[in-house]
Amino acid sequence: MSESLVTVSYIGATILFILSLGGLSHPETSLRGNLYGMIGMTLAVLATIFGPRVTMAGIPWIIGAMVVGGGIGLYAARVVKMTQMPELVALMHSLVGLAACLVGYANYVDPAASAQLVGAEKSIHEIEIYIGILIGAITFSGSIIAFGKLSGKIGGKPLLLPARHWMNLLGLLIVIYFGWHFLHAETVSAGMIGLTVMTVIALLFGIHMVMAIGGADMPVVVSMLNSYSGWAAAATGFMLSNDLLIVTGALVGSSGAILSYIMCKAMARNFFSVIAGGFGTGGGTVVAASGDAQPAGEVVAISAPETAELLREARNVIIVPGYGMAVAQAQHTVCEITKYLREKGVNVRFGIHPVAGRMPGHMNVLLAEAKVPYDIVFEMDELNADFPDTDVAMVIGANDIVNPSAQDDPNSPIAGMPVLEVWKAKTSIVMKRSMASGYAGVDNPLFYKENNRMLFGDAKKMLDEVFVALKS
Amino acid sequence: MTLMIGIPREIAPGEKRVATVPDVVEKLIKLGFKVAVESGAGDAANFSDDTYRAAGAEIIDGAAKLWASSDIVFKVCVPTTEEVGLMREGGTLIDFIWPAQNPELMQQLAAKKATVLAIDALPRQLSRAQKMDALTSQAGVAGYRAVIEAANAFGRFFNGQITAAGKVPPAKVFIAGAGVAGLAAIGTAAGLGAIVRANDTRAEVADQVKSLGGEFVKVEYEEEGSGGGGYAKVMSEGFQQAQREMYAKQAREVDIIITTALIPGKPAPKLITAEMVQSMKPGSVIVDMAAERGGNCELTEPGQAVVKHGVTIVGYTDLTSRLAKQSSTLYATNLFRLTEELCKTKDGIINVNMDDDAIRGLTVIKEGNITWPPPAPKLPAAPAKPAAAKVAAPATKGHGHGGGGAPASGAKTAIMFGVAAALFWFIGASAPAAFLGHLTVFALACFIGYMVVWNVTPALHTPLMSVTNAISSIIAIGALVQIAPPLSLLGGFNRPDSLIRWLALAGIALTAVNMFGGFAVTQRMLAMFRK
Repeated sequence: MSESLVTVSYIGATILFILSLGGLSHPETSLRGNLYGMIGMTLAVLATIFGPRVTMAGIPWIIGAMVVGGGIGLYAARVVKMTQMPELVALMHSLVGLAACLVGYANYVDPAASAQLVGAEKSIHEIEIYIGILIGAITFSGSIIAFGKLSGKIGGKPLLLPARHWMNLLGLLIVIYFGWHFLHAETVSAGMIGLTVMTVIALLFGIHMVMAIGGADMPVVVSMLNSYSGWAAAATGFMLSNDLLIVTGALVGSSGAILSYIMCKAMARNFFSVIAGGFGTGGGTVVAASGDAQPAGEVVAISAPETAELLREARNVIIVPGYGMAVAQAQHTVCEITKYLREKGVNVRFGIHPVAGRMPGHMNVLLAEAKVPYDIVFEMDELNADFPDTDVAMVIGANDIVNPSAQDDPNSPIAGMPVLEVWKAKTSIVMKRSMASGYAGVDNPLFYKENNRMLFGDAKKMLDEVFVALKS
Repeated sequence: MTLMIGIPREIAPGEKRVATVPDVVEKLIKLGFKVAVESGAGDAANFSDDTYRAAGAEIIDGAAKLWASSDIVFKVCVPTTEEVGLMREGGTLIDFIWPAQNPELMQQLAAKKATVLAIDALPRQLSRAQKMDALTSQAGVAGYRAVIEAANAFGRFFNGQITAAGKVPPAKVFIAGAGVAGLAAIGTAAGLGAIVRANDTRAEVADQVKSLGGEFVKVEYEEEGSGGGGYAKVMSEGFQQAQREMYAKQAREVDIIITTALIPGKPAPKLITAEMVQSMKPGSVIVDMAAERGGNCELTEPGQAVVKHGVTIVGYTDLTSRLAKQSSTLYATNLFRLTEELCKTKDGIINVNMDDDAIRGLTVIKEGNITWPPPAPKLPAAPAKPAAAKVAAPATKGHGHGGGGAPASGAKTAIMFGVAAALFWFIGASAPAAFLGHLTVFALACFIGYMVVWNVTPALHTPLMSVTNAISSIIAIGALVQIAPPLSLLGGFNRPDSLIRWLALAGIALTAVNMFGGFAVTQRMLAMFRK
């Protein structure tokens, strides 16, 4: 295969990747989109392997590595539970980051890669290596920590070191200093010192950055790391002068950036304040709300049979799921109840807040897994206006995303955050383990509203009881 | 010592309600009280003496004996002078009193050293008080009955029908005032299938009207009509002019008008003039729920249904009594909730706790001392306007796809463009042509990514992440070209072959995990999305 054919194949792969993302605009076309992605990837890999830059000697190695890696990947994809998707995605980001580092190092120690380059071209090439490894290392260690946090191996509480911003700044200065050092290194081994120091600092920075971010901000972190893995690929593309890598990296990078932006917006938070960390704690220890605005009124509990009664008599029901549903693995029971009610002619719909769960779109995937049809699953903006016409709004394991103080109380830490207006429904039922606050640590006046009922207990267990009561 | 609650028969002409019902008698006894009911008290509301007796009440013949043996009396209508005369010295009375309109009655009760809780003086804005709010429960009944009376007097169906005999258009109902009675009327009329329109001077009730199936008709004039405590206030002349025009227009269009407009302490506003009645279609109906206070229509005759200009004008003042069983049950429950608040210990003894906001408001006479009107309530009735406006502003920005929030200020944009220009100039001046080619590709690809990704439906954000993850394993190409390049490219350099090979091999293995795993898991997820 000639160099030109390879280039043409790359163009084809680029187009297929763009079509792949385009296919995700609707569930109906999404499977085709994924297929385009696979074809594009196959095309790119085969063109490279049979292209002029890989000799036959490498093919056994390549096949070996592909089989090992691919086997692990397929196995993981088969066994992963839908509730664990955020962890898997975070782990995969770390692999991309690590691969970018390895390719960067291999490129640097290969004298052939930069032999013809002199002057500015050589400097640019070295900057590209340096930046590629930097981003790759941050992505790697950050994603590993995110994985740990999402899977519960590391506590969700933000780690707030004293003077952490100064530490980050110091790290950046050291990275810049060694970057300068690296550019002026005479030999590969001399340059290696700067490269290694930078890598270590980048790894530490990645760890530190994600450690400082609380559980509820995880959707932002996961999408940010997604973005980083794209930029790492783009930087690798610059380093190898490969347009396919640049385009793909840019696509992935901007996709992640947009997701981060949507997530931040949905929490009414500034991107930088999320990254600076320290807001969403795991224990709910921060912020005792604005003291004078303690919600008044009484909390009215309700039993599972009474809940079933309310549901049976309702004509319009909106279910608002949150992370609690994922934790309790209650999505299947929710689906059963939904199916039952729909057969009885009740209009059941789902309202999804953009940051419900631990990654963008998390709730949608869980509901899809439980076979809830996607055309009754709506975004917050699509059905927020319908709550006044709703008889029962059921909140399952969500808290901050249905907190009226985001609208009513300008002093609230979550003021201005768009929320699902469940309190406008005739009756709202909140399923919750206890009266504890949400991740933002803000008390929720919804619980004290007159038309609100609390169904205490584990979501799965309580929903099972509701379902039994419904059928009887 | 447990107290005796007495229920006298209502003596006002036409009053069919009774202050408690057998179901509630049982609950009162559970609270520790004894209950006595005057013989025949519930007859008009279809509750016989026997049912009261079965519930545990004592039946007493004659009002005098009942009043004498009761520590606490529950009543519906404002007591007459004779009834006050029968009352025991130092007793307790729970009833509608209207203290502002009945100063003499207040003096008489005070002279009896009585404790009087006026159910009409309840601070309605307290959410805790709503379960005791008899004005609301009775107004709801009246609103329902008003529609039934209208349907009775109206010669057509309420709902539109297509029958073999031809098409029947739905009735058009206009409801003036969307308070409790108005809202109940809206719900009832909409339930019967009519097209319902409603108006109120308080703009905030528009949502409630819509939620019950009505259409909110606005007066084209800017003024806020909330007068506190859930009532409307008197509006300015300009507003009233605009309102009259709106009413005149509605009168010409609709078949049925139900008016519920009341302003506390004032005669009912005259909303429907004689000309408006004239302009209505023959056979139309007006139900004037404000008839007792003079009526909202000029031609209303309180207490009667009359036909004028071909329009039936119903001015009944006893709408709640016409549904006596329902209204008595609701009233009895309201009084029971109040009794619960008075008797938290459940031992049959009441404690009129004047520190309790709700009880304080209700109590108009405490042991012979007039305590009405109560001090101003602590809670402001109007919500804090500026706060609400502030919150609304960011919300309306929404998250429009591709929008990116509010446009940045001019100066900020200029600075950003300046910085970008300087940066590009620097790159253009120093970077080689090959790099610029890649930069072009990079910049354009970022834009394509931006455009494409905004089209992704939020429901598929998780698959989007996993598929981007899979395609970012394109890094594999970087490792592939390093693993075994042809000798011609190496050009005789001293290359650390095995180190590079192992690095590249690790890179390939890692990206292969992503490549296969990413696409496979995306496939698995997408296959689950179904209609």
